[in-house]
Formats: sequence, C-alpha cells, structure tokens
Amino acid sequence: MITYALIFAIGCYALALLFNLYRVVKAPGVTDRVLALDTMAVNAIALLVLFGIWEGTAIFFEASILYAMTGFVATVAYAKFLLRGDIIE
Amino acid sequence: MSPALIAALPFLGAVLPALLIRTGRSHAALAAGAVSGLALLGLLLHLPAALAGQVITAKFDWLPWLGLNANFMIDGLGMLFATLILGIGLLIILYARFYLSNQDPVGQFYTYLLLFQGAMVGIVLSDNILLLLIFWELTSLSSFLLIGYWKHLPEGRQGARMALTVTGLGGLSMIAGMLILGNIAGSYDISQILLAKEAIQSSDLYLPALILILGGAFTKSAQFPFHFWLPHAMAAPTPVSAYLHSATMVKAGLFLMARLWPVLAGTPEWFYIVATTGLITMLIAAKIAIFKDDLKALLAFSTVSHLGLVTFLLGLGTKVGAVAAVFHIINHASFKAALFMSAGIVDHEAHTRDLKRLGGLRHLMPITATIATIAALSMAGIPLFNGFLSKEMMLEEAAHTAWLGSPYVVPVLAAIAALFSATYSFRFIAHGFFGPVRDDYPHKPHDPPFGMWASPAFLATLVVLIGVMPITFAGPFVQMAANAVVGGDLHMHPIKHWHGVTPALIISGIAVVGGLILLASFKPLKAAWEATPRPEAKAIFDWIVGACGAAADWITATLHNGSMARYLTLFTIGSVAAGFWAFSGGGLGPETREMLPITPVALVGWVMLVTASASVVAFHHNRILALVLIGIVGLIVSICFIYLSAPDLALTQISVEVVTAVLMLLALNFLPKRTKRGAGPLKHVWHIAIAVVTGLGTGGLIYTLMMRDFAFETMSKYHLVNSHTLGGGDNVVNVILVDFRGYDTYGEVTVLGIAALVIFALTEALLNGASSKKLIAWRPDVPRAGDKHPIMLLVGTRVMMPIALLVGVFIFLRGHNLPGGGFIAGLVVSIALVMQYMASGFAWTQARQKVYYHVLIGLGVLAAGITGIGAWFNGVPFLTSDYGYVKLPGLEKFELATAAGFDLGVFLGVVGSVLLALGGLSRLARRAAVGAEPVHAHIIAEKPEARSPEQPGAFPPETLLPQRWAQARGYTSARQDDADTKPVKAKKTKPTEAEEQ
Repeated sequence: MITYALIFAIGCYALALLFNLYRVVKAPGVTDRVLALDTMAVNAIALLVLFGIWEGTAIFFEASILYAMTGFVATVAYAKFLLRGDIIE
Repeated sequence: MSPALIAALPFLGAVLPALLIRTGRSHAALAAGAVSGLALLGLLLHLPAALAGQVITAKFDWLPWLGLNANFMIDGLGMLFATLILGIGLLIILYARFYLSNQDPVGQFYTYLLLFQGAMVGIVLSDNILLLLIFWELTSLSSFLLIGYWKHLPEGRQGARMALTVTGLGGLSMIAGMLILGNIAGSYDISQILLAKEAIQSSDLYLPALILILGGAFTKSAQFPFHFWLPHAMAAPTPVSAYLHSATMVKAGLFLMARLWPVLAGTPEWFYIVATTGLITMLIAAKIAIFKDDLKALLAFSTVSHLGLVTFLLGLGTKVGAVAAVFHIINHASFKAALFMSAGIVDHEAHTRDLKRLGGLRHLMPITATIATIAALSMAGIPLFNGFLSKEMMLEEAAHTAWLGSPYVVPVLAAIAALFSATYSFRFIAHGFFGPVRDDYPHKPHDPPFGMWASPAFLATLVVLIGVMPITFAGPFVQMAANAVVGGDLHMHPIKHWHGVTPALIISGIAVVGGLILLASFKPLKAAWEATPRPEAKAIFDWIVGACGAAADWITATLHNGSMARYLTLFTIGSVAAGFWAFSGGGLGPETREMLPITPVALVGWVMLVTASASVVAFHHNRILALVLIGIVGLIVSICFIYLSAPDLALTQISVEVVTAVLMLLALNFLPKRTKRGAGPLKHVWHIAIAVVTGLGTGGLIYTLMMRDFAFETMSKYHLVNSHTLGGGDNVVNVILVDFRGYDTYGEVTVLGIAALVIFALTEALLNGASSKKLIAWRPDVPRAGDKHPIMLLVGTRVMMPIALLVGVFIFLRGHNLPGGGFIAGLVVSIALVMQYMASGFAWTQARQKVYYHVLIGLGVLAAGITGIGAWFNGVPFLTSDYGYVKLPGLEKFELATAAGFDLGVFLGVVGSVLLALGGLSRLARRAAVGAEPVHAHIIAEKPEARSPEQPGAFPPETLLPQRWAQARGYTSARQDDADTKPVKAKKTKPTEAEEQ
C-alpha cells in the first residue's frame, strides 16, 4: 500500500517541479522566479525524503536536512539583492 | 666534527648575528666569528687525516630515488678550499667590524655573510653533484644579498642584479650539464663519477656536458666573455669584495673545474676550450686593469685576469699544471684579499679610491702602504713573494705548450699577460702610495686602528712566509690538494726558487722590466686608451635584458590580451581538438553495459536540466535571471548525485551552490545587470558553432565512456578494499581525501588559503588604493527598498545559528565513516556565519567574531601539516594516518583516527577561506556606502584590533525595532519627535547621570 502512496506522492512532487520550472522560465518578474526557485527547493526536499522512504536509507534524509538548512540562504540572498542590491551590509 | 655539520654550522649560526645585533655590533661580529671559528676548528681537526690522503665522509639518504643524497666528504681539495673559505671568512669578519659604519645594518651583513659562507663550504664539501648544485644556487642568491648590501646605491642594486643574472644563467646551464654527467656515470655521487673517466670521455654526450658545465664554471669565475659582472659587483662594501673575489665566490668555478678535472680534463676539447678561454681572459682583463683609476676596479680586473691564469693552468690538463693551479689559488687568495682590504682602508681613510687623487700615502699611512706593497709585489710576480713561485710555474708550463701546432702563441700571450700584470701591480703601488704627499685628499688619511689592519697584515705575512719558505708553509697543503685534483699518485717536484736560467725566468725578467717601462710611459698610453672606442659591457647587458623584457612583454600582450571570450574560444577549440585527436588514434571496444531504465522522475529531472540550460542560453542577457536558472541546474545536479549514490558529492554540491549564489550576488551588485551584445552576427554564429560542437562532443564522449567498462582496472577497487584496513574509515571518499590522496588535499587546502588571501589583498588594494576613489564615487544603479536588517530575518538566523553549527560538527565528526567530513562541515559552518553577516550586517557580526580569518587559514594549514608530520614519529611516511578504538565510561566504544586532525585542518582552512573571500568582497560595497570618511573605518576593517571601540548593542544600529519593545530595553530613537509613532533605530544609549538621579 505504501508503495502506491509513494508513487502517487512522488508523481505529485515531480509534477510540481515541472510547474515551478514553468514559473521560473516564464514569469512577470524576477521576484516570482526567485520564489519559484525556492519552492522548487522545497519540492526537491520532499522528493528526497520520499526517495529515502522508497530506498529505506537515511542518507537521503540528511541531504534533505542540509538542503532545508542551507537552501533558504540562497533565497534570502536573492531577496536581499533585489531589495537592497548589497547582500552583506 | 662531521663534514655535514661543518657545512651546516654557518647556516645555523646565521641567525645569531641577526638576533645579537640588538646588543651591539661587536656581539654580532663576535657571534659570526665564533661560528666561523668553530667550523674552522672542526675542519682542521681532520687536517692530519686529509694530509695523509684519507677522505672523511658523511652520508645521508635524502631523496635516494632521485640520486640526491646529502653526502659530504673532506678530501684534499675540499680541505684546501674550506680552509680558505672559513679562514679568510674569519679575517673578513674582523675587518668588517671596523670597516662598516654605524649607519650600516651590521647584523644583516653578518647573517648574509654566514649564509654565503655556509653555501660555499657546502659546495666544496659536497660529494653529490645535485647537492652541490643546490649549494651553488645558494651562493648565487646569498652573494646577491651581499653585493646589493648597500641598498641605497643604485650601482649596488644593479651590480647585484647583474651578478645574479649572469651566475644564475650559468647555474641553469650547469644543472643540465651535471644531469648529463650523472646520467653517463650512472651515479650523482662525485666519488663515483670520478671513477668513470673512460665512460664519460668516450660518451657522445661528453662535449655537450662539458660545454654546459663550463657555462656554469665560467660565469661564476668571470671568464671571458662573462667577465663583465665582476667589476660591477665592486659596488658592494669592500669586505664583501675581498671575500667574494679573493677566496670564495669566483673560486667556486675554479673549484668545480678542479673537482671534475680527473674525468673531464685531458681531452683536446677540454684543452682548447678551457686553456684558450683562460689565456684570453688573463690577457684582456690584465690590459683593462692597467687603465682603471678606481683601486677596486683595478683589483677587480686583476682578479679576473688571475682567475684566467688558474683556468688556463687547469685547462692544460697536465699534472704539473694542476699543481701550479692549486698553488696559485692559495697565493692569489692571500695577496688579493690583502689588497682588497688595503684598498678598503684607503677608501675608508682618504674617502676616495681614485688613483688620480691618491699618491704619497706611504708617508701618511706607512703600515697600510707596507702591507699593500708586499701584496702587490706578490701579484706582480717579484721573487721572495709567493706570487712569483706560482707565476713562474705557470710560465714554465706555458713555455712548453703548443696551440694548434704553433709553439709560440701560448708563451708569447702568457708573457704579455705577465707584463700587463706587473704593470698594473706597479701602478697600484706607485700611483697609490709613492710620489709626493698631496694636500687635496678628500679626507686627511692616516693608518686605521689595529683591528682593521690586522687581517691584511696577517695575510701579507703569509705572502712573505710562503714566498720565502714555500716547502714549509705551503708544500704539504699543495701536495694534498693537487693530489686530490689529479686523482692520486702525484709525485710533486719540490717548489724551488731557482731552476737555473729557464724560459720562465727569462719571461719573468722581461715582464718586470717591461712593466716598469710601461708604467713610466703611462700618460701617453692612457691617452691612447681613452681615445680608442671599446664595447661597454654594461650597456650591452642592459640592452639584452631590456630586449628580453620587451620580447616577453610582447608575447604576453599578444597571447594574453585580456579578452575572456578569446581565451575561452582558444581553450575550448584546443580541448576539442585534443580530444578528437586522441579519439581518432585509438580503438573503441564494444559496449559492455546496459542502459538503466528511464524512470518518470529521472525524466522530469532531465527535462528540468535541459530546459534550465536552454533558458540560460536564451536569457543570458539578464544576469540575475541567468543566475536563478543556474540555481536550477545546481539543484538538479545535487539531486542527481544523491540519486546516483554519491551522497558526499551531493552534500558538497548543495553547500557550494549556496556559497556560489552569495558570491555571485556580491559581485553582481557592482556589475551591469544586463550583458551587452558584444559580438557581430558572424562571430555569433562562430561562437554558437563552437558551443554546439563542444557540447555534443563532450556528451558523446561521456555516453561512450559510461556504456563501457574501462579497458584497465580502475583504482576504485583498491580504495574500496583497503579503505577500512589502511585508512580506518568506511567512507571511502573521505578516506581518499584525508589519507590515500592526503597530499593532494593538503596542497588544495593550501591553495584555497592562498586564493582567499589573494582575494583579500586585491580587495584591500581596491579599498585603499587609487581605485578606491572610483568605489567611493560609485552609486547603486537600482533603487533601494526596505530596511537593512529585517528583524524577522535577524531573529530567524540567530535561532538557526546553533543548529547549523551543530549540524556542522555532526557532519565533521562522522565524516570518516559516513558521508561528510571537514570540507562539507567547513562549508556548512561558513554558510551559518554568512547568514549572520547577511542578517545582522558585517560590522555587527565582525565585532563578535573573535578569531581573525587569516589565523583560521593558517591554523588549518598548520593542523593538517602537523598531523602529517606526526606520522613520522610513528615511523611511517608523511600523512599516513593511524587509528584506534577508545572506550570511555558512559560512552560506546568509538574510533579515534589521526585523520580527524587532518580533517580539522581542512575544516578550518575552508571556513577561513570562504569567509575571508566573501567578507573581503562584501567590503567593497561598504566602502562605497560609507565613502571616504575615516570615522567609519571600523565598518570596513578586517582586523579585530581596528574594530569599533564602542560596544555595539544586541542589534545592529540600523535595525528597525518595534517601539514598545525597544523602550522597555533602553533602546532610544534616533529622532525624538516621532518616537511614539515610528519604530525606533536600535541605538542603545548609556543612561546619563541626570537620568539616573
């Protein structure tokens, strides 16, 4: 049963990634693209976790933790750049 | 004392004068003298053995697989030279103590002198030609320091550069020659090479080796046409000249020819190259010396001439010639050092060395005049002085030497040279010390204190003693050294004054009489000399150096024109062409692997990768957009790594992506936000073609590779099998990094640190240099919004900080057995700190950062290095790790590996480098923001001690805090009038006295 749930969830997140991709490539402004990139990272983290369950290994979780912890820094940097230009003031 | 220790003593002792100079010049001189004296004593203890023909050796394996062994030996020749170097060194140390003035950095002088002395002793005691080459180069370098000692004199600097260029180039040539020689002989040990005479002389490579080695010897010993550097080196202080040009530096070339004499000499090539060069040098330099007015210049050219004489004698290839050469080396060292020191005394006392302004000094400084006269008469070859004996031997040999079948060429040229030599010697005495006392000396001369004339007086005594009783005072020494030169079995005729009326005696008589006649007719001769044009060596040298510089500039400017597009084009085309060439030459095996099934998720990843890459191409004019799109590529690549079972790579890639984004954004702040379309349509098509071909080629190559097994077995298997047993870790990637390929990692950490320091230095130059004006005038090209330090971000990152650090520690600790390690941990911690910089600002964070990033980098390299060295104490090679298991009460059994120390070094190096580089770059923007005001210096200061003296509050001063919260904690508003409506600036004020009451 968990297999079907996993397949369904992975399918959803993969689809979400494609939608994110569309938003990055075609968007009204840079802000939308940065947001889409951030969402993409979130979806990727989810995908990693699901893969970890599928494969039964903990390594995937660690990668996703690291991603969660550091991935947002890039988003913050983009945001600060868009707002202020200078990211370390 | 071991020969190795004798050579090492001066190097070890070189630090003493530099330290002791703080307690006075005499102490520095005393320390230098003690070191030289100790080395000399150690050497002389071996004298009885050396006189008995024994060879004392000390052998250490250094790099045996290269043939480079630290083998030292003391044989007769080495004994003679080492005694000269150390003995005259002692005299020079004494002399220099009185010669150098209070303004001269005397400590430096003695340090350089000892370094030079050590290098020279190393040359003469080496029993390995590669070791000898190392010492040879060290003499070039240390003599550069000595010649350029008076840094304020342009002549000194130019002379030092010229000496270094000429002798350095000669050294290069010699390296090649020595390698050939060692290759022919099958060993680089001199004692082995000396046994291989037949093999060397019958080899086809004999002539190239000979020419290359002589290139080194001739440049060092200032033989024609390389003689020009020596007179220019006279800009050095006189003690240096006396030391370098009487007993040491220039004798190194002669030493080398004498050392290799048994295997190189005796062939027609040797005779015609060496003897002819020596004869020409002797003649030309003697002629120039006559007309030099500067005492030291005269002595310099006479030195060149005498070096030519010894070279000529060695070039003859006869045993008697070798004996005469050795004897003349001793004699020349004694009288020339005395002459140089006398010239120095004259310069020191009369404040001029110009012969035209001197004369009559015999009455004013009788002691100096006596010493100088004795030494100069010896140089002229007058009987009862030692120079006579060896010159006589030279003339005797010359009289029997035929050159290209003619029996007259050599004797006649030697006679003329002897005549010139007598002339300049007489001129040195007559124009310097004789004649009437003048009243227009720049300074009234008188004899110097005893300490200054003691050294030359000692040498002058030797000149006389050897001259009168050669058998007693020089006989055994000459016998010992000459025996070593010719390779044993030498039956030396006793040195005698009277051989009957021989050709040599007749030539000597002619030379002395002719010398007096020439001196008498000096004025018209000088006028004629002045009138004849002659090539100026310095001008030619400068022209050649200038031309080389211009050519190098031209080549650099042509190849390296600053266009990134051009470099990339050339590089890409080159790589593709090389790949194509390699591919077309080899065969391709059948495909041995199956395609993996394409899962839908993999397909999604592929679609994303392709779309993102294509979009980068399409949108690359918008730089920020390109950056975002590259972020997608990074994301997919990281996931790919995990998906394809490379978690270490994935963790690294994830962290690197973040750091890269921060770095690019820092740079993008100053860059145009859009790329201009640069190239024309034709060039555009060309670039597209290159890109497509390269991309397809690379893709095709990777596909081809991945569909096949490797033709040869890969290293991976070895690593996988031995990771646990040898490296003590289960994470093979980490064990490879810290153990199997630890040396590479060590180099990489060092390079990373250097790169960060270079970035720091470059930004430092931008901040404070001329270009800082441009930076101060720079204004943001996009509008600014919001506040600098949003409080949500601030609080969020501070909460994150300990968690992030803990994750870093965790990843570091378990790295040896599971994915992780110092590199990834370093990146994670760097990101955690970068978060603080972004959220709370540079100044605020930097004020709380107690360790200087430079120090972190240094500590990292040190930690890695010390761990590596620790392996030596375990009796295993550098960087071999060890591990063991430890059981502490209350904890599970755990592993301790020395590799953790190395990994710690990597960790510190990465943290320091990343933050130093990012912090350095971020300072540019702050420089632009604060402008030129020095008050804000702390905002851009990197060093802890330059930071703001005021203790900043818990929040950066610009943070907008909620008003009620701020009031409760003593933060006041910058603007009082709207304090109750607007959020306040977070500037904490000290409660004043009035408020307290």
